[in-house]
Amino acid sequence: MFFKSRHLNSINAGHHKHTAGCATEIMPVPATVRISMSQNIGAPCKPLVKKGDTVLVGQKIGDTDAFLHVPIHASVSGKVTGIETERNAMGGMDTMVVIESDGQQAMDPEIKPPVITNHKEFVAAVKESGLVGLGGASFPTWLKFDPKNKDGVKTLIINGAECEPFITSDHRTMLEDAQNVIDGALAVMKYLELDDCYIGIEDNKPDAIDNFDNMFAKQGINNMYTFPLKASYPKGAERVLIYEVLGKTCDAGVLPADLGCIVSNVTSIAFLGQYLKDGIPLISKRMTVDGDAVAEPKNIVAPIGTDIHDVVEFCGGYRKPPKKILMGGPMMGRAVFSDRLPIVKNNNAILVFSKEQAWIPEETACINCGRCHQACPFELLPTGFADAYEMGDVERLNDLQVMQCMECGSCSFVCPAHRPLAFMNKLGKAMVREASSNGK
Amino acid sequence: MASNTKYYDNLTVSSSPHLVTSLDTTKTMLYVVAALCPAAIMSIVYFGIPAVVIIAVCMASCAFFEWAYEKILNKPVTVRDGSALVTGLILALNLPANLTHLSEIGYPIFMPILICIIGSFVAIVIVKQLFGGMGRNFANPAIVGRITLFLSFTAWMSLWPLTNFQKAGVDAVTGATPLGYLADGSLEGAPSLLNMFTGNIGGAMGETCAIAILIGAIILIALKIISPIIPVCFVCTVFLFALIYYAVTGGGPEGQSALYMACFHVCAGGVMFGAVFCATDYVTSPIMPMGKVMFGIGCGLVTMIIRLFCSYPEGVSFAILFMNIATPLLDSFAEDKFYGISKRKKEAAAAEAKKA
Repeated sequence: MFFKSRHLNSINAGHHKHTAGCATEIMPVPATVRISMSQNIGAPCKPLVKKGDTVLVGQKIGDTDAFLHVPIHASVSGKVTGIETERNAMGGMDTMVVIESDGQQAMDPEIKPPVITNHKEFVAAVKESGLVGLGGASFPTWLKFDPKNKDGVKTLIINGAECEPFITSDHRTMLEDAQNVIDGALAVMKYLELDDCYIGIEDNKPDAIDNFDNMFAKQGINNMYTFPLKASYPKGAERVLIYEVLGKTCDAGVLPADLGCIVSNVTSIAFLGQYLKDGIPLISKRMTVDGDAVAEPKNIVAPIGTDIHDVVEFCGGYRKPPKKILMGGPMMGRAVFSDRLPIVKNNNAILVFSKEQAWIPEETACINCGRCHQACPFELLPTGFADAYEMGDVERLNDLQVMQCMECGSCSFVCPAHRPLAFMNKLGKAMVREASSNGK
Repeated sequence: MASNTKYYDNLTVSSSPHLVTSLDTTKTMLYVVAALCPAAIMSIVYFGIPAVVIIAVCMASCAFFEWAYEKILNKPVTVRDGSALVTGLILALNLPANLTHLSEIGYPIFMPILICIIGSFVAIVIVKQLFGGMGRNFANPAIVGRITLFLSFTAWMSLWPLTNFQKAGVDAVTGATPLGYLADGSLEGAPSLLNMFTGNIGGAMGETCAIAILIGAIILIALKIISPIIPVCFVCTVFLFALIYYAVTGGGPEGQSALYMACFHVCAGGVMFGAVFCATDYVTSPIMPMGKVMFGIGCGLVTMIIRLFCSYPEGVSFAILFMNIATPLLDSFAEDKFYGISKRKKEAAAAEAKKA
């Protein structure tokens, strides 16, 4: 272990953490919210309400019988004015429940802290809370807490790396909600019978690390540790984090549970800590609003279903005409086509860029410099993927293990020829999937 | 919200990442030019006006040929990325600062300029553009340009002017390179190691001053333009090969120690310059780190084999050309053996399981 390299390749993508010092502000309830019925990986929910119904805060408005899902709850109280089908940020069509707020924010009387005595009830409670992976993957969290090899899982890794530039919402969570993080982690460790817990935090957030260390000392917690990570991208990727903390290689398709750990985002754990106390399901989300086209970049808590437009209005409106709006960070976030789209559960940032910052550089010829290979955390060869994809060579893509790519975007970032390598990787992966589903 | 609020419905949609580095090909090339500057400045200090003329002619003609070829064939003009300037500068620094001595043996006075232009033409048009331009050439353009000139204009390419400091008190204007002395079988009159290190010797313009080349190497490595693997492997192989060869054969001519001869081989000729600036050319060297190791070692071996056992006194350019051609093979070999962290781990685990 002493002479073994414990670090995967990473890049310096800049930090741009302008909002790290901005305490979270709670956004007032907007006039209307539109709540998407597909906010998790897996099956979309079916609306449980119809036009004209009155709903209360925290009332369940979407659910389904499918296995992989979480229910969806109303984030405001008011009247359902429509069930609409609209294009979502991914480009597909979604059912959305439109609720006109009455401004009362009357809480559903059925909401009370969950009563939990064993692991099974814990998993059921997590499912009822509507919690998905809030780091961005939106994987239903309850399934993560119900691993097949429950006895083999010994470690909880909490992901507080926040390696994406610009985003500071996890950082603020760790400062403002640290007690909830600890309570949530202790609950997970209790019901899953885990031995220890590591909170991976990049070393550009020393205040968060100190905060946790002090609290562990004060509360006499001796099985939770902070784990400082070098501040470089992509330290917060699940597979990278597992390698950094446990020194185990996590290939694509391998569940962290198979390696004896559970990885969860720090905001998910903080929500869990809060939920176990008051039983309020996931109806609002802390997020960073930043970018050169926003007048007042800040961290806010907004109800799920708020329009991006309303969020930006709350942050002082547009300083310049926006050209690109991202849901999530600049490295892996999704560019959306309109500012009329609603916030979903896994949004941790809204970044608004003007024409200058949204500029897409011109692509030039590959000069074979190998920077993409040096930047790749898994030492893959993105330029090889791109060539193989252009030739339609599925065999070569498989040889180069394109499925190991996690689309972190490091290769595109470092490419001096500005080739869209990460995009080609995605296309290559799609091509391999298609070929294998055709029985090739 | 006010009803007159403007929505934005036609935003740019693109695949992530939405941030890219500011380091582009042009900047990379400018950094390489900057790293070549110490060697270029030292060549001007040592050889004066002829060095300036040859550098200017080579850089200008390389840029011109790139521009003209792409203009004539109606391709996007890439001359602004600066790669042609790098090729021109490397080619110039690989030539002797020899502007007047050819006319003394009966050639027209403009001949050296013409030779430089021919070298640029071979490098840019034949080696680079005919194979598809930037990123597609299989061999280093400047190296092939130099080899072509060496084989076509051997007389001019083997007349090495003395440096301004060597000329003091001597009648001659040209002299032998250190490797020339060695090929003649005697090191009597050859320059000292200190002179070779500072570059006060006969030779190609940019190759003589080891210190200037080292400064360039430090610039490139510090800016992460090149990885140190190839230069280190190349120079170490030359050093070790010479050390072992002379130790086994009982020292150099005039009884020099094997260690002295090893240092001599590293400083003499184009080893340093080739290792830092020519062998590290992105396009024609392997991507995989293990491929780079094999590439550097191969360059060193071929260089020493040519120097010690073949009729040419110098072998760096041939060695680099040879390894350029082997690059795709080295890369696919390295891919087979050392590719991807998960595969490597798995194989290590399998090997351990076998042992147990």
